[in-house]
Amino acid sequence: MDVLLLSRIQFAANISFHILFPTITIALGWLLLWFRLRFNRTGDQAYMDAYFFWVKVFALSFAMGVVSGITMSFQFGTNWPGFMESVGNIAGPLLAYEVLTAFFLEAVFLGIMLFGFRRVSGRVHTLATFLVAFGTTMSAFWILVLNSWMHTPQGFEMRDGVAHATDWLAILFNPSMPYRLVHVLLASGLTVAFLVAGLSALRWLVGDRGRANRLTLRTGLTLGAILIPLQILAGDMHGLNTLEHQPQKVAAMEGNWETGPRVPLVLFAIPDEEARENRFEIAIPGGASLILKHSLDGVVPGLNDFVAEDGTILHPPVAPVFFAFRIMVGVGFAMLLLSWLGSWMIWRRGEISRPMAYALVPMALSGWVATLAGWYTTEIGRQPWLVSGVLKTADAVTTVPAASVGITLAAYLLVYAGLIAAYLSVIVALALKAARTPHEAPPGVNDPGIDPSPVMAMGQGGNARG
Amino acid sequence: MAEFSWSEWLPYIFAALMGVSILVYVILDGFDLGIGILSPLADDAQKDRMVSAIGPFWDANETWLVLAVGLLLVAFPVAHGVILTTLYFPVAVLMIGLILRGVAFEFRAKVSLAAKPSWNWMFFIGSLLSALSQGYMLGIYVLGLDTSWPAVGFALLVAACLAAAYAAIGAAWLIHKTEGALQKKAVAWLRSALGLVALGMAAISLATPLASSRILDRWLGFPESLLLAPLPILTVLLFAWLWRLSSRLPLQEDRLNWAPFAALAGIYALGFAGLAWSFYPYVVPGRITIVEAASATESLAIILVGTLFVLPVITGYSIWAYRIFGGKAVDLRYD
Repeated sequence: MDVLLLSRIQFAANISFHILFPTITIALGWLLLWFRLRFNRTGDQAYMDAYFFWVKVFALSFAMGVVSGITMSFQFGTNWPGFMESVGNIAGPLLAYEVLTAFFLEAVFLGIMLFGFRRVSGRVHTLATFLVAFGTTMSAFWILVLNSWMHTPQGFEMRDGVAHATDWLAILFNPSMPYRLVHVLLASGLTVAFLVAGLSALRWLVGDRGRANRLTLRTGLTLGAILIPLQILAGDMHGLNTLEHQPQKVAAMEGNWETGPRVPLVLFAIPDEEARENRFEIAIPGGASLILKHSLDGVVPGLNDFVAEDGTILHPPVAPVFFAFRIMVGVGFAMLLLSWLGSWMIWRRGEISRPMAYALVPMALSGWVATLAGWYTTEIGRQPWLVSGVLKTADAVTTVPAASVGITLAAYLLVYAGLIAAYLSVIVALALKAARTPHEAPPGVNDPGIDPSPVMAMGQGGNARG
Repeated sequence: MAEFSWSEWLPYIFAALMGVSILVYVILDGFDLGIGILSPLADDAQKDRMVSAIGPFWDANETWLVLAVGLLLVAFPVAHGVILTTLYFPVAVLMIGLILRGVAFEFRAKVSLAAKPSWNWMFFIGSLLSALSQGYMLGIYVLGLDTSWPAVGFALLVAACLAAAYAAIGAAWLIHKTEGALQKKAVAWLRSALGLVALGMAAISLATPLASSRILDRWLGFPESLLLAPLPILTVLLFAWLWRLSSRLPLQEDRLNWAPFAALAGIYALGFAGLAWSFYPYVVPGRITIVEAASATESLAIILVGTLFVLPVITGYSIWAYRIFGGKAVDLRYD
């Protein structure tokens, strides 16, 4: 394999591994703040039990996100030196603001949030929780501004092959940014909703009927039920925005070869790029025209429009985009079905059924699957460009020998596979352990009248770092 | 006097900011990594206590590396590409080291007791790999990104010495943050590491002028040699003072428990200043200068504005966090 393909696989592996964890921490930070605020208001210990269980998952996910994020900032230089050389004047400030306004904020206040419970007042601890949640969201904002700019660049001019910023507001609020930001933040919310619901369902299945677990099960299902229709709406709007700015991506998502009216909505097919047609197609006539143009006669762009005179392909590889998109949408509908049904059960009977609990457990990872599939849809859909119309991926790649990239790729994959396995087994073990423990929160937490400091002095039980 | 011009000054301001970030990283994450390197020498209860001494800080400390490489990336994109592609393998080793070290903090506290020793090893291996790879990169860098066999040999020596330097400052942090048997152990660790630290600094001080006549001229010219004399003299004095002090630690009522850390931070800052003087105005030694590698002025200006506002705030809340977790370390708990 050549260095381009290997570098792409390495970066894809890295960013895929990385994105799993911010997807959890962005929304989980806000959920922890919600638990903390509800406790402050009601004094109900169930909220504190929920806080102290989920803060462990948060800490673990945060560490995984931090270390894999650092790797990416180095890989810009080791594998994609052409990226910063060409668009560094725009990417640089955005990344710098991410470090300055987000990374330090979350890293410093995370220490206080995790270990400061007995050292600062409840108010400061609540504030630290807020600042960590705010920091993760700021981080998402800056990186998605940059990512969106790579899809829909504007506010710059090229001088001697190097991009120079001319209008920072245009760069910040580039056309796809608002849609992408909302879509990704909602994806984070859904990932956490189903992770919380799934792990709570697991605890429920092993017999945990405690108030804290009922609370988190209900919270996860309700959050999912509220967010999924919003996400379907936001996804649709993002798709229309993509149709306007990157029609070749939408053509690949739809598996549509010829531009024209009455384009069918392809439910399933195997796109064949050699023959430039779909095999085994199952489609709803006129569906794509209806969805994308809101009219049966709406003209939808086709892939064949993106082949140059000399035969050069200017559209992304079709099959990966086509399938990734269908996986994302499929998972989204499963989320809709299960969260509404589960919420209805809790509303009617105060309890979910056993089959529902069994269904929710694997759904704990549904957010990951949908997020990755959506990410592949949009990022592979940008190819062959790294920055649309400005820089080709092939022109940014390193001169490091392919064998070197192959060796490091193998090492990274080994580490990532080991860490995912360790991460999943630990959060399941934490959930099973919590199911057997009456309270996660330490004694005295729910009684403002008791001075909590003696608990620390006793130093009872537990490892360092809880 | 020529008119003050932003476009001329910005690259130097950024070079200085990057230098400060690297130095702060070396001192702060240096003690985290050092404690990781020392961890196999401690018993299980002491390991927990050692991790408690850095638990609330390590993540923020590591962020200084992100800032430093971020500044290199954004202010000197060309140099970023050249340096990181030359150092392709050591960077990969550093990444894997930092990954293992960072997640081991969490895993060792959350897995079953049976699995904890494996994660303790991961913590050690990750810390050691990170320190060695950074030292190796430093060695290759000071010889002007030379990757011939003699340079690699020299870089391996620097790698071992930087790991010792981190172990030394880690031990110094433990002297400040712990008491009793662990503190006594830390004093012994500090004294064993100091010899290698001195060797490493001497090796770099000799090798850089030998490898480059330009650097030799910078140090031996007049009046530079006179103006620069305080750097090596102060370094030697601090070393001597630390060596003497450490033979008597811990003192009555734990007086001066912060002094070894401060002395080592001073020594590393002096060494860093010496390196900065040697390589100025180059960002890739002997090849690319600060000005040649710099990004466009408009982009640097917009980062500088933010940096000047935000960096004092970051410094403020970081100091506040250190104060919240001040005093001797106790076992860390979420509650």
